[in-house]
Amino acid sequence: MSGRIGADAVAAKGWLGAHKWLLLRRASQLGILALFLLGPLAGVWIVKGNLTFSYTLGFLPLTDPFILLQSLLTRHLPETKAFVGVAIVLVFYALVGGRVFCSWACPVNMVTDAAAWLRGRLGIKGGAYVSRKTRYWILAMTLVLAAATGTLAWELVNPVSIFHRGLIFGLGAAWAVILAIFLFELFVMQDGWCGRLCPMGAFYGLLGKVSLFRPAAIRRSACNDCMECFAVCPEPQVIRPALKGVGGAGPVILAGNCTNCGRCIDVCSKDVFAFGTRFGNKVAKVSQPAQGMKPAACK
Amino acid sequence: MEADKPRKTSAAAQARRQFLLDSARMACGVGLLGIGIGLYAKQAKALPPLAVRPPGALAEKDFLGACIRCGLCVRDCPYDILSLATPEEPVSTGTPYFVARQLPCEMCEDIPCVKACPTGALDHSLTDINKAKMGLAVLVDQENCLNFLGLRCDICYRVCPVIDKAITLEQQLNARTGKHALFIPVVHSDACTGCGKCEKACPLEAAAIKVYPTELAKGEPGKHYRFGWVEKDKAGGSLVAPDVEHRYNLPEGQRYESGRGLNPDAGSEAAPGTQPAVPRALQGGKL
Repeated sequence: MSGRIGADAVAAKGWLGAHKWLLLRRASQLGILALFLLGPLAGVWIVKGNLTFSYTLGFLPLTDPFILLQSLLTRHLPETKAFVGVAIVLVFYALVGGRVFCSWACPVNMVTDAAAWLRGRLGIKGGAYVSRKTRYWILAMTLVLAAATGTLAWELVNPVSIFHRGLIFGLGAAWAVILAIFLFELFVMQDGWCGRLCPMGAFYGLLGKVSLFRPAAIRRSACNDCMECFAVCPEPQVIRPALKGVGGAGPVILAGNCTNCGRCIDVCSKDVFAFGTRFGNKVAKVSQPAQGMKPAACK
Repeated sequence: MEADKPRKTSAAAQARRQFLLDSARMACGVGLLGIGIGLYAKQAKALPPLAVRPPGALAEKDFLGACIRCGLCVRDCPYDILSLATPEEPVSTGTPYFVARQLPCEMCEDIPCVKACPTGALDHSLTDINKAKMGLAVLVDQENCLNFLGLRCDICYRVCPVIDKAITLEQQLNARTGKHALFIPVVHSDACTGCGKCEKACPLEAAAIKVYPTELAKGEPGKHYRFGWVEKDKAGGSLVAPDVEHRYNLPEGQRYESGRGLNPDAGSEAAPGTQPAVPRALQGGKL
């Protein structure tokens, strides 16, 4: 194992092979952004709106379920179009994985990924710690706030919607919000925003608990304990049960907080991981349960 | 065996204790954040007077729960007058508004902004743009309004899309010249849509007529107020009986006419020769 994460994978699979999902993901993130920007910049109106609600080609409504839930809690009943949009989005993420939103659509992911990359390059370690459960408390807080104030209070400070809306409708001071997130991730807390605080991520994580499309450690017997998947994963706690078969767990990563980013697939030089469905779990159970590997101490 | 039991319970108690502590920590920490955001949200409920919501917008307190800040109204406005508030602006972040003095609402008949709204924050029951209530125009500055100065500017009256209903010109005596009329622009709240064309068109350096949120612009009489003439109309006759005509003690040679006040009695029209004296200097003749 050489110094940089993914070096072994690059050696084994070539650079493209070791960055396949990362590139696809960036293409998705930038592609979605480009679709939204085509209208205001080039006058080609394929998609109107932003990530809270968008209208594609004049017939496809897509509504963010988190913001609609808050709006409902302020005791407002939206038009049918918003409900149709939310149904489509819920079905979509229930199929592909709740937090696919986070890793494939959300623009803040590129910012926090950049911070994580720089953190690695600069060798910044440690920082403040809060539990990954904090996001659920913040999620509850946003919902209580909506009900108590009768306004979408979280939207006043939500960096995700402020950033995305800013990119499309004019940034204003939104750059400061996003710079703050970047610096927070870089110096204060690793995986701080996306992995510990963001209530949107928490919401999609809960949705992802039932989702169909999942990564799995299908060839976990080939694992050579290089730990690179743990190092690259933004939610490393989701990998262990599937990879190590803790408590007889199958190889499918079932945790809702897995973002389906596919970086574990990329960085593994042994091709342990692959995308599949949650139903792949039983079949694979027949294959030998993981041997008594000692999980290396995580820092 | 016996010694094990208390240790087990104490381990469970320890875990329970830890759980409660963690929960309290979370609840307090996140609660603090929540209180901060909640108070900010309370403040952000106030819409600054210069920001006008698009047609059909619900009352501000409902609007802030209904609008999901998607910007479709902005996109479907053919005149690009709407914008979404950025975080540093005094309008609730991400919500649509326009500033009448910069670009007023053009009052499209098909109201595309309302149709575009997916949540009904812009009320879909608004189908006639002339019934929109975006705000209320107020002639704020009566000292600088050109019409109040006796000039025939009339621009606000002319540009009003609901001309002669939302703004009328009311004649008054021009006390400065004593012989001319003032044409006072008067806004009627039942017809004004708050589009802001008057504010935009006002030729002054700063507009004398401005669109304000209706609740800011409008007074409200006491609920117990009853106006005699209104009640009389409603009842179809005087409510105080008997309704006798008032007898005045008028100056000699004067008579009173309803609506016109005191007038010289027709019979006692002053003869030409008895006009009040005018200083000779002004009579045109030589001194």
